[in-house]
Amino acid sequence: MTSLIEKNANSSPVVQLEAESLRSTESVTLWKTAMRRLFKRKSALVGMGILGFLLFIAVFAPLIAPYDPIQVLIGIEPVKVRQPPCIHLFGCPEVLPQHIMGIDGNVRDQYSRILFGARLSLMVGIVSVSFAIVIGTILGSIAGYLGGPIDNVIMRIMDVLLAFPSLLLAIAIVSILGPGLINALIAIAIVSIPAYARVVRSTVLTVREMEFVEASRSLGGGTFYILFGRILPNSLTPLIVQGTLGIATAILDAAALSFLGLGAQPPMPEWGTMLGSERNQVFTAPHLVFFPGLAIMLTVLGFNLLGDGMRDALDPRLAMRGAE
Amino acid sequence: MFTFIIRRVLSSFPALFGILFVTFAIGRLLPGDPCRAILGEKATDAVCDDFIHRHGLDRPIMVQFGIYIKEIASGDLGTSIRFSKPVTEILVERLPTTLELSLIAMAFSVLLGIPLGIISAVKHNSSVDVGTMMIANVGVSMPVFWLGLMLAYLFALVLKDTPFQLPPSGRLSPGMIVPAFYEVWGWEVAGTGMLHSMLEFISRLNLINSILIWRWDIFKDAVRHMILPAIAVGTIPLAIIARMTRSSMLDVLGQDYVCTARAKGLKRTSVVLKHALRNALLPLVTIIGLSLGAFLGGAVLTETIFGLSGVGRILFESITARDYVIVQSFTVVIAIFFVILNLIVDISYVYLDPRVRLD
Repeated sequence: MTSLIEKNANSSPVVQLEAESLRSTESVTLWKTAMRRLFKRKSALVGMGILGFLLFIAVFAPLIAPYDPIQVLIGIEPVKVRQPPCIHLFGCPEVLPQHIMGIDGNVRDQYSRILFGARLSLMVGIVSVSFAIVIGTILGSIAGYLGGPIDNVIMRIMDVLLAFPSLLLAIAIVSILGPGLINALIAIAIVSIPAYARVVRSTVLTVREMEFVEASRSLGGGTFYILFGRILPNSLTPLIVQGTLGIATAILDAAALSFLGLGAQPPMPEWGTMLGSERNQVFTAPHLVFFPGLAIMLTVLGFNLLGDGMRDALDPRLAMRGAE
Repeated sequence: MFTFIIRRVLSSFPALFGILFVTFAIGRLLPGDPCRAILGEKATDAVCDDFIHRHGLDRPIMVQFGIYIKEIASGDLGTSIRFSKPVTEILVERLPTTLELSLIAMAFSVLLGIPLGIISAVKHNSSVDVGTMMIANVGVSMPVFWLGLMLAYLFALVLKDTPFQLPPSGRLSPGMIVPAFYEVWGWEVAGTGMLHSMLEFISRLNLINSILIWRWDIFKDAVRHMILPAIAVGTIPLAIIARMTRSSMLDVLGQDYVCTARAKGLKRTSVVLKHALRNALLPLVTIIGLSLGAFLGGAVLTETIFGLSGVGRILFESITARDYVIVQSFTVVIAIFFVILNLIVDISYVYLDPRVRLD
């Protein structure tokens, strides 16, 4: 087919037109091919499955959860503090109320708390990364497009932020702002800005030299239009990949801050907080440490698998290799 | 080569200046009154006025910044009122724990990660490859603190009274007294000064000190205490290193010169280990160098869990206790360490890869 098109393309203008139309019927957008490739990757599918499951839990938590996540069960049910899981299917007497992940240190149902925790973790990851992406994109694209001293100043500031181990910097920022979920979220966002600024800057540097940008410029397009209307849409791919993987890191960092008592405050059902408040009980009530950690791991794994799959699917070099 | 190194060293100065500025800002922005935070809630106004004047806190902010830079440059990191000790002394006490932990964790992740990556790449798409990558994916996704707690539970409680039992906290078993090597050797060193600090620092590295004084019981005990924290800190870098080695090896193994080497009759193992691995290791240098920074972040969490009194833990405690002097100076030291590490990674890259040198 290709050789036919090429042959025709060299002949007459009429045939060339036909050849063009032939080509256009076959054209597939980048996103379509990327999606097709993404759905072929088993690991990406597993990632999507995990995230879909978590999203379902997060949305329908009030319907699925058997108890209110902050309800103390003293006097309501015959349960003890830090009681291990009681599952009827596995031989727990029917007369006792079922708590499949046990009871926590404040006599609350751990399973319900874990379910509601999905909301917080997904929210923290997505919101902080979105914030970092917006700021990072603006800074990175300005630095990459304008270049010169502005580029230098912006990127040196980013270098300074990168010079600190991210968790330590986040701890320092939270200690200035004061502990709390929102402040932890802001700290994580600030810490992750440099990564996005760098990614956007490097792609803008490549894209701005391309002919279509030059064409826009010669047609009289303003800086703002060329930057955000022409260049940025073409630098989205690495940003999406980085963003997906970034959500995983953000969730881990947020959990770490909460674990240290700087993030979400009790009685909020946040996985890191739950783990942190029961960490001294790991030898007597391991279930209170095991389940929240498992939930964090699953969520992070989901984003990591999806991010890796997306990187493979959206990377044109890998796509070429697949097509060979 | 020489000009490159000079240029690279000079280019890290703005970053160092920025770091000093940020740590200075953090110190000034921490909520609360610095005088009462350092001297205690009961400090009277007169005492506080004197304190503020003495530390130049009533001077213009730029002057304060200048004083701060001068102090850091002269190696004076200040005195922590909470511990009533100079910060350098606290650093000498605490840094060895973190350093030892980071180095063992790094050894664990590199020595296991690289072979796993090579095997996965050579046996591409086999069950070994799929299995390793699955474990690597899970490893990357695990919260350090959770892994640490679970390891402690498993090895200290579930495997209790088996040969696999490991201690879940501390650097040495209770009651074990470790004499410093320079004392055992009969060296007489003045109680202060640079030399004393250096010797004290080395003697606090339990593994090295125990070898120097030839006490295998202490060495064994120190190793047993370090295994769990090191696995906890090292698992994420291990997974990253294994994945990087694999993808970098896959790239190299597909290249023509590898085919040529095979075609001229060289053994597969020799091609993989001698021809391919050398080139595949290049990107790993960056990753391993940068992971050392991640180890420091992981150290805050791991040291809290395993009851180790290292840099990470004291930094976290100082932030919550608002010990400005320690927060500022420790952050500066860590960040400068990080910048120097980046410098070494960059320079070693030039040394290892002629292409970078030629550019």
